[in-house]
This record gives sequence, C-alpha cells and structure tokens, in this order.
Amino acid sequence: MKRYFTDIGLGITTTLHSMWIAWKHMFVPAVTLQYPTVKWELPERSRARLFNKIADCIGCGQCARVCPTDCIDIQTEKRGKDEPAIFASEGTAIKLRTYVFDIDMTLCCYCALCTFPCPTHCLVMTREYEYSVYDKRDHVYHYAVDKPLYTKLKEAAAKAPAAQA
Amino acid sequence: MESIAQLLKLIPYYDQVPDLLQKFLPMLVSSIVVFAYIALLVLFFIWMERKVSAHMQDRLGPMYAGGWHGWAQSIADAIKLLFKEDIIPAAADRLLFKLAPFVVFTAAFASFVVVPFGATSIASDLNIGILYIFAVASLAIVGILMAGWASNNKYALYGGMRSAAQIVSYEIPAAIVIMTVVIPVGSLSMQEIVLAQAGGVHNWFVFRNPFTFIAFFVYFVCTVAEVNRTPFDMPEAESELVAGYHVEYTGMRFAFFFLAEYANMFLVGAIAAALFLGGWNGVLPPDWLPWLAVPGPVIISVKALALVFVQMWLRWALPRLRVDQLMYMCWKVLLPVSLVLVLGVGYLAVFWK
Repeated sequence: MKRYFTDIGLGITTTLHSMWIAWKHMFVPAVTLQYPTVKWELPERSRARLFNKIADCIGCGQCARVCPTDCIDIQTEKRGKDEPAIFASEGTAIKLRTYVFDIDMTLCCYCALCTFPCPTHCLVMTREYEYSVYDKRDHVYHYAVDKPLYTKLKEAAAKAPAAQA
Repeated sequence: MESIAQLLKLIPYYDQVPDLLQKFLPMLVSSIVVFAYIALLVLFFIWMERKVSAHMQDRLGPMYAGGWHGWAQSIADAIKLLFKEDIIPAAADRLLFKLAPFVVFTAAFASFVVVPFGATSIASDLNIGILYIFAVASLAIVGILMAGWASNNKYALYGGMRSAAQIVSYEIPAAIVIMTVVIPVGSLSMQEIVLAQAGGVHNWFVFRNPFTFIAFFVYFVCTVAEVNRTPFDMPEAESELVAGYHVEYTGMRFAFFFLAEYANMFLVGAIAAALFLGGWNGVLPPDWLPWLAVPGPVIISVKALALVFVQMWLRWALPRLRVDQLMYMCWKVLLPVSLVLVLGVGYLAVFWK
C-alpha cells in the first residue's frame, strides 16, 4: 500500500522535474546552423575533394598504386629528348608527360593515403565538400592538360583488335 | 447560432426564403465559421508544435517558408498534402478505408457544437452538453478502428486496437471527474457551467476547492490520453508501430487524420477551459476595469491555447508509457482518485453549502 502512494508521488514529481528541464531548454540558444546560408568552417586538415596541381605532377603513379579503391587513373609517356626540360615547382625534373590523370570521386574513400607518397606534394585533399552533381560521370575529374605525342598510335593499335573482336 | 441567425436576417429578402432553408442556413453558416476557425487554428498548432518541439530540443524548427520563422510552413505542408497522390492499398477494404478519416474528423468536429465560445457564440447550447461531447468523441474510436482494420496492415491494426483500448478506458475517469463540476453546478449544459464560474479567478472550478483542483489535473491527463498524444501515444508509436492506424494513408486522407488530431487537441483544451478555467469569463471580475473586457471567444481560445501548449510541452518532457503502465495508470490510479474526488465534492455539496 505504501508502495502505491510513493509510486504516485514519484510519478508526479518526476513529471514536474522533466517538464522543468524541457522548459529550461526552451531558452537555450539553438545549436542549429542554417546550412546553406551559414556554413561550418571545416578544420584545416579535413579531407574532402581531391585536387591535383597538374603543373607539378611528375606522373610517378605512386598515388594510383597506393589508392585502396583504385580511383586514380594515370597514363604517361616519356617526354622526347629534344623537348625542353621542365621542373616541378620544388625542383624535381618532370620526365614523363601525364596525358591522363583522372580521379573518380565516386570511388574515393577519403583516406588521403594518396597524398602522402606524392613526391612533389601536388595531390592534396581540399576542404571543398559541396560538389554533388546530377550525373555521376561528372564526378570523374580530369586533371591532365597535355595531349600524348607518341602513344596515340600505340593506343589505336591496341584498341583495333578489340574493335574487330 | 442565434447571433448568426440574426446576422443572416440582415440579408435583403431573407424573409422570403423558404422556411426550411431559413432553418438550415444558420446551421450551415455557423458550421462553416467554426470549421474555418478550427482549420486556421490547426495550421497554427502544427507550426507551433514544430517550433515548441524544436526549441525544447535546442533546435530552430522550420525557418524558411514564409520568411519570419517559417510561419507559412504548415500552409506549405497543407498544399503539398493536397497535391499528393492518393494511394489505397490493393488489399485494403476500400469503403472503410475511404470512410475512416472522415469519421474521425466528424467526431472531432461535431463536438465543437457545444463548445461555448462566448455568451452568445455557441452553436447549440444542449442541456446535455457534456454527455453529448463524450458520446460524440467516442465516435472517433470507430473511425480509428476502421482505419486500422481497413488498411490490412498489422501495424495499423495494432494501432487501432490500442487506440480503442486506451480511449475507452480513459473515458471512464474523465467522465467521472467531470461529475465534480456537474455536482456543484447542477446542470450538464456547457453554458450554465461557464456561467457558474463568472466573476473572476476565485470562482473558477480549479480554485473552488481542493477536490476540483485535483480534478482538473486528472481530467487533463485523461484528455491527453484520449487524443492519443505523448506520453500516451501508443496508437501511433513511431518506434513500435511505424505510424499506427494511419500508416497506409497518404495525401488528403492523411491530412484529415492530422486535422482531426489537432482539432481534438484544441477541443480538449477548450472543454477543460470551459469546465475548470472559467470558459469565456475573464480573469478579473467583470466590474473591475470594464474597459479591459476582451471578447469571450478570444478568452477561451487563449485558455485552450495555453492548455494545448502544455500538451506539446508534456510531449517533449516525457517518454512513452508502456501499454501495461498506461492501463495501470488509468484503472489503478486515475479511477480511484476520481471516485474519491466525486465523493469529496458530493460531501461538500451536501454538508458545506
């Protein structure tokens, strides 16, 4: 019998208590960020979209090799001996012409493993995270600007049997 | 309704309209007025609920639609619901499925007939007002059970069954507790109950004597359970039953369930205000500060609004009860308490005078 009345008393007091807590929270400033108008500034080393500064890229392919999801596709050719020597901004000689440097961001797992082996520090993760698109093919970023000088024929020859078959 | 009939007489050539129409028109007009008022209030309540819940959880709630704090959010939602596809499940009982939301809404709407909005603004001052409310409000169970059954969905059926069990049980303490008001007034008419509380705060039934003071809270708890709101929202428990009896409903029919729920909240608040909080009587005695006289509909609406706010407040303060706890509370706590209250009020009525 005593239990019955203490239960009722507990029910009333705990209800009032939780109502008091809810009331106090009415006047706590909201933690909401009004996202599209107000944006949270990401920490300096946060990892989002990959960016490759192609002018510094020596085409070594270490990033493509380390990538756990194989989202980087690099194709290079040797620069001719008669071409002028070019260097990356920190001094490494660029001996390969990178004519394909594609990053498929739909595959990227944002581990940033590719940025560590890069000898010229040209492949970095940016803080840009708003890059949704309507077509998933737009998520493949083509960074290469050069056209191949020598491999075109080889590639055509390689493709030809496949086309015949 | 009389005041509306008076207003209609101002229409030119109104006395040449057939008698039947003359009887029918005031009813139609007053029901349209009440419906419009309720619909507007419901839109406001939905916005208010979202704002209150958001701020109690340190969020902001709707902020875009309409500009100022998302005031047009519920209007936007209503328009969206109007244009949505109306899906009826293939295995559903089509007739009952289509009928159910309207039965639920009719039950909520019909109760407004006897809600006293002011000295003259009451649709019909029935001499059995409170009994009428209880009779009509019970119709909602039929609608909810219809919806649960016709959806042909186990969760909907569970929700409907729970709702029926809950509403039927909680109506008993609610009806008994109302006796504590009916005994001193000596009438079941809503208008007479309100008139008995005229003349300031001290005449309101909450502050009459300790029994009616407790009775107000018991009645409030019962009504929260009757309109299926948290902490008694077993019938639509999101985490257990998806959405309860209205899982399968879309578009306009779902909107009607929503409308009925919020109309019920306001109804319950208005009835509690009329029974215990003085109805359309002001806080001060009428002969004090006569220039401060506020129209009755405004007063009772503000009181009902405050009670609706408490319902929303409770929703974010308390977790949902278990089914057995719900029944424990009804049969083992509220019912004995309400019986004691009625005995106490009866004792006062006989021996205290």
